This record gives sequence, C-alpha cells and structure tokens, in this order.
Amino acid sequence: MKKFVMLSLACCFCTMAGAVFAAPVPVEEINPGYMYLGPVGDGGWTYSQEIGRLAVDAAFPALKSAIVESVPEGPESVPIMERLIRQNKSKLIFACSFGYMDFVQDVAKKYPDTTFMHVSGYKRADNVGTLFGRMYEPRYLSGLVAGNASKSGNIGYVAAHPIPEVIRMINAFALGVRKVNPNATVKVIWLFSWFDPGKEKEAAKALIDAGCDVIAMHADTGAVAQACEEAKTYVIGYNNDMTKYAPTMQLTAPIWNWEKLFAPVVQQVADGTWKSEAIWLGMNSGAVDLAPFGPGVPEDVRKLVDDEKADIISGKQKVFAGPIKDQSGKVIVKDGEAMSDDDIWSMGWFVEGIVGDIPK
Amino acid sequence: MKFRAEKRIDAPVWMNVVVTLLFVSFAFVAGGLFLYTQGVPPLSAYWIILRSSFGSGYDLSETVVKALPLAMVSIAVMLCYTMLIWNIGAEGQALLGALAAAAVVRYFPAESRVAMLSLMAVAAAVAGGVWAGIAGFLRVKWNVNEIITTLMLNYIAIRLLEFFIYGPWRDPSSLGFPMTKPFIDSARLPTLWGTRVHMGLFALLVLAVVMEVIMRKTRWGYEIRVMGDNSRAASYAGMNYFRGVVGVMFLSGAIAGFTGMCEVAGLQGRIQAGFSAQYGYTAIIVAWLSHLSPALSLFVAFLMSSLLVGGAALQIEMGLPLASAAIFQGLILFFVLGGEFFLNYSVRLDLGPAKGPDAHEKYAGGGG
Repeated sequence: MKKFVMLSLACCFCTMAGAVFAAPVPVEEINPGYMYLGPVGDGGWTYSQEIGRLAVDAAFPALKSAIVESVPEGPESVPIMERLIRQNKSKLIFACSFGYMDFVQDVAKKYPDTTFMHVSGYKRADNVGTLFGRMYEPRYLSGLVAGNASKSGNIGYVAAHPIPEVIRMINAFALGVRKVNPNATVKVIWLFSWFDPGKEKEAAKALIDAGCDVIAMHADTGAVAQACEEAKTYVIGYNNDMTKYAPTMQLTAPIWNWEKLFAPVVQQVADGTWKSEAIWLGMNSGAVDLAPFGPGVPEDVRKLVDDEKADIISGKQKVFAGPIKDQSGKVIVKDGEAMSDDDIWSMGWFVEGIVGDIPK
Repeated sequence: MKFRAEKRIDAPVWMNVVVTLLFVSFAFVAGGLFLYTQGVPPLSAYWIILRSSFGSGYDLSETVVKALPLAMVSIAVMLCYTMLIWNIGAEGQALLGALAAAAVVRYFPAESRVAMLSLMAVAAAVAGGVWAGIAGFLRVKWNVNEIITTLMLNYIAIRLLEFFIYGPWRDPSSLGFPMTKPFIDSARLPTLWGTRVHMGLFALLVLAVVMEVIMRKTRWGYEIRVMGDNSRAASYAGMNYFRGVVGVMFLSGAIAGFTGMCEVAGLQGRIQAGFSAQYGYTAIIVAWLSHLSPALSLFVAFLMSSLLVGGAALQIEMGLPLASAAIFQGLILFFVLGGEFFLNYSVRLDLGPAKGPDAHEKYAGGGG
C-alpha cells in the first residue's frame, strides 16, 4: 500500500513537471464506475455493456468496479457520477449513454483527477474522452441480409431517437438493403425513447401490419424481436445476439463487444498513457460485429456478407462511399468519393429508399 | 368472526407518536430482512444510507437538491387533495412550466437577472396553472374525472416538450441532438455555497410558510377545507365551488410549473430529452405522508430524498441491483403508509353481530 502512495506521489511530481499523460493508476485503485441508461436485464444495450464490464473485470482481477442502473439522462446523473467518485473511489467513469454529455462535462471540471469516458458523445475535455463503435459497418451488412430476405420489398425499422447516431445506422442499413434489392424501401417509425419495451413492441406490430416482412430495430430491449417471433416475421436484432427472443426469426444482428471498447481504456489509465481523444472503433477491432446467422439465411447470402465483411475489415470497402443520393434523389456523395468521419458522425438526412421523416 | 376497522375520532398525540415510531421500526426491520436475503448486511446498509444522505456537506447538499422539487410539488398537490380534487398531473404541469421558462429565455432574453428570472417565473406559473386549470374546469363544468384528465395531460405535456426540443427550439450547434440552446447567464438561478442547491430553496421556504398560513388561517383556506369535507354544504353556505376548484387547480399547477422552472434554471440551464425525473409522482406520496401539511412536507421530502439517495448508494457500495434497491424502498414506504392506516383506524376483533350506535361507522371489514 505504502509503495503505491509513494508511486502516486512520484507520479504527481511527474505531472507537475509537465508530463503529457496522466499518472499511472494501480489497477486495484481504478475502481471503474459504470453509469447505465437502463437496467442490466434490458436484453440489449445495457445488458451488452454489463457483459462487457464483467469481461473486463475478469481480465483485470484486481479491478473493483461498480454500476448504477437506470440513470436518467438529466441532472439526476450528476450526483450518481459524484457518488461513484466519492464512495467507490472511481478514477475512471464510463457514462454509457448520449444524454449524459453535458453533465459529464460539469462533473469532469470538478474532479480533474478522474478520467471520464462518454459513450457516443462528441464533447471532450482534458479528462474526458469519447468512446463509440462504427456500428454502421455491421448495420450495412445486416442490410444485405434483410434485402435478400424481403419478398415484398417493404422493410420496417423501429428507431429510438431521430439523432445522428440512429440516422447514420438507418442509412447504412438502407444502403445494404438496396444494394441487393434496389427497389426495396425502409419504413421508419420513431419511438422518441431508448428504453420502452411496450412502445417498441407496438411499433414492430404496426410495421408488420403495414406489410413489412423484415423488421430491423434500434432500441434498447428485445421487445421488437419478441413481437417478430410471435408474428413469424424476420427480424434483424441489435446490441447483442437476440436469438433467445426470436429463435427462428432472427436473421442476424449488429452487436457490440463492449469489452473491446472498455478494456483498452482501463489499460491506458493503468499505464498512464490515457489521453483525451475520440475513440471510434470499427469491425476490424472486433468492438462491433455481426451475430451468427439465423436459420432463415441461405448459403449464398452468408457467402456474400462474409466477403463484404472481409472487405470492410481490410479497409477495401467503405460503407458511405458514393454514389449516395438523399431521399429527394439529389446526389450527396459523388461516385468515387467517400464521406468524411465528421460528415458521417453528424448525419442528419436520409438516403434514397427510406420512407419517413426526420423531425425538423 | 372477523376483523373490523373503526375510524378514530380523536387519537391522542402520544398515540400518533407511538404508532408512527412503531411502524417506522417495522419498516426498517422488514427492509433489513429483505436486504439480508440479498446478502447485504442490514446495519451496514442503513449506515451507508445515513452516511450518503447526511454524512458530509456535499451529501447533505445533494439530499436537499433532490428534496427541493419533491417538497415544492407536494405542496402544490396537497392543496387539491385538501378539497378532494385529485391532481396527479403535477409532472406535466412542471414540464409545461419548464417549457414556458425556456420560451421566455428564447424570445425575450433580458440582461438583468432579476427581470429575466421574474419573467420566467411568471410564465412558468401561468403555463402550469392553465394546464391544471383545464382539468379543473372540465371537472366542475362537465364533471369530467380529473384523475384521468390530469394524468392524460401529462402525456400531452411530454409530447409538446419533445416537439419543441426535436423541432423549432433545437440547438443548431448540437449536431441534431435534441436539446435547447443553453440558457443565457441571467436566466440561471444562482446556486448557493458552491453546491448544486439553488435559490429555489428560499422560494420553497417562503412558499411553505405562506401556504401553511393560507391553509390554516385565511378564509379561503377555510373554504377549501369545507368544500373538501362537504361540497354541497359548502354551496349552501354560499361558497362558489366552481371558482374554488378552478382556483385551487390553477394555484396548484402554478406551483408545479414554478418548480419545473426552478429545476431547469437551477440545475440544467437547458431542456433536453429525458429531462423529467418523475418528481411529479413521488411528490404525491410525500403529500400524503406529511398529512397535507406544507410545513411538514419539508421534513418528509427530505426523508424521502434520503431514501432515494440511499438507493443509489446501495447500488454503488453494496452492489445491490436497482430492482432490489427499489423493492427495499417500496417495503419501507409500504410499512410507513400502513402505519397511517392504523393511525386513522382502530382494528377490533368482531365476535358477534355489530351493534350499538357506532355500527354505521364501520369501515370495510376483512382486516387491514
């Protein structure tokens, strides 16, 4: 114990001497605190993050992590972060939803010695970094699967909030769909909520009633998959493999492997090499991936998707490469060009083939 | 043989104290037993709750931050409950207040903090008041059940708020994310002592005193109580039930709306999706536990807040899942509210057929 005190004292002096990186924190003193949007049993977003946390804890047995579930995206989140820092002695906070953004900034100012990682946000500071995965890559691949599976060409998409993160994924999905099924359309229903199993299910049913024969979704729970299994309609899951909700009807699902995102940060904090940056990992890192194919996916489609996946991982193919038209048919990305990361990040328009509006 | 419950006419003060203490201790025993089944040592758990609510200046300040809107909204709704009007729409009225405050900041920004905040407060109170007043008007005009209307108006308020933050009021620099622009400095409620406790605290203290006086000492307060006890008798006595209901609903909504403005101007400085913290519902429990007394609600809201704070602390320090923390909180409230029943009713074992002049006072049998 004494050794660590001496070590951290020594490190304090290093920092004072103008070192770029923060002082290394012994693993047993990091005590990472995870602030979750939903309950860990949501079967999707928060569940996959909890699986990630457990994997990180297993990889670093000395870690003593703590979680708080169902923290609203409002001023309520401030005392939660402060309590993680004060009571759990967290030197590293993972704020696991977009809406915590401003509150992370406020708390980070007050606790300059704590490292904050904000999932899916875009505001950084000396001790705040952002963390996300390029989920649009597996989304695009899942679009290929959905486009092939749809007979009617009507595909439904249950979507949480009309914000760039969600819009970006709908676009990637639609690009995949129309690559293999050029006349298909993707019909979008907004939930205006991340976590609302009742509404998620209702939206899925509404899309099925409207004649959609494949449903994709961006929400936190497995409710859409359940509704599709009941209605015997193909479904593309999200967050994690939703086979248990739709054992026969899930085609595949774009999934998170959060330990691939969390673990390197823990390592950096332990090594003292952490610095504020925007971490945005693609399929090549394994942080985002595609769940195993369900029974409804034929062999040729599996082959096609595997080939494209290999091209995305090798960097040979980019999802948002031209030509891409918007809903009105106007060319936004010219042939031979590709969108920049900034443009992809802040996407606020739909590509051609999507039925629905982005609330203005 | 069955149990019957009789209404107590006048329980002595010592009985109130004894019964309350008894049931609070039942609550803690039951809560402790539950924690024990979850592998959490009960005494350390209670110590953690105490420490995290009152243990330091910081902890105390955060407990106050949570208690503030609870107390304010409970004062708002208890006004209605005194006259047996069931306003459960304080949540929506508070949202409307926040929305009106944001509108004023957007369209009439003022340099002077006093002018800006007063304008916001008036707008918030009027917006919340009108929102509740609609339900009050429907109630007295066409006898529309106000429980339903106030509840439904909550959902409309949420959608209205979403419309503005996703639409016309969205911050253009937010990259499309749903939130208003940050308020200008003059529209922020100053905070006190370097904590998150804001000036709304003084407003609350003044409000509690004023409402206590209005309810107990003024003619209007008397009328409200009489209308609550017997609206027909009140009408015979020349009291205007129509004006009474609409007026009380308006005032109730105005206080709730003002609370919404305090929250948004004090804590957040902008409105964003997921802004509400459901205080409007929790405050209903606070109102009843404080026996519809504004002064007492300050105390009860503070205790309720420490219970809420304790829930988070148990998750962090004891690794208790959220659902278990919620069950624990529910158990405590269940027993405390159960105690209220025994305060108001005495339960007797009924051996024969009911007889005597008090038979008509019988409450539904079957035991409590």
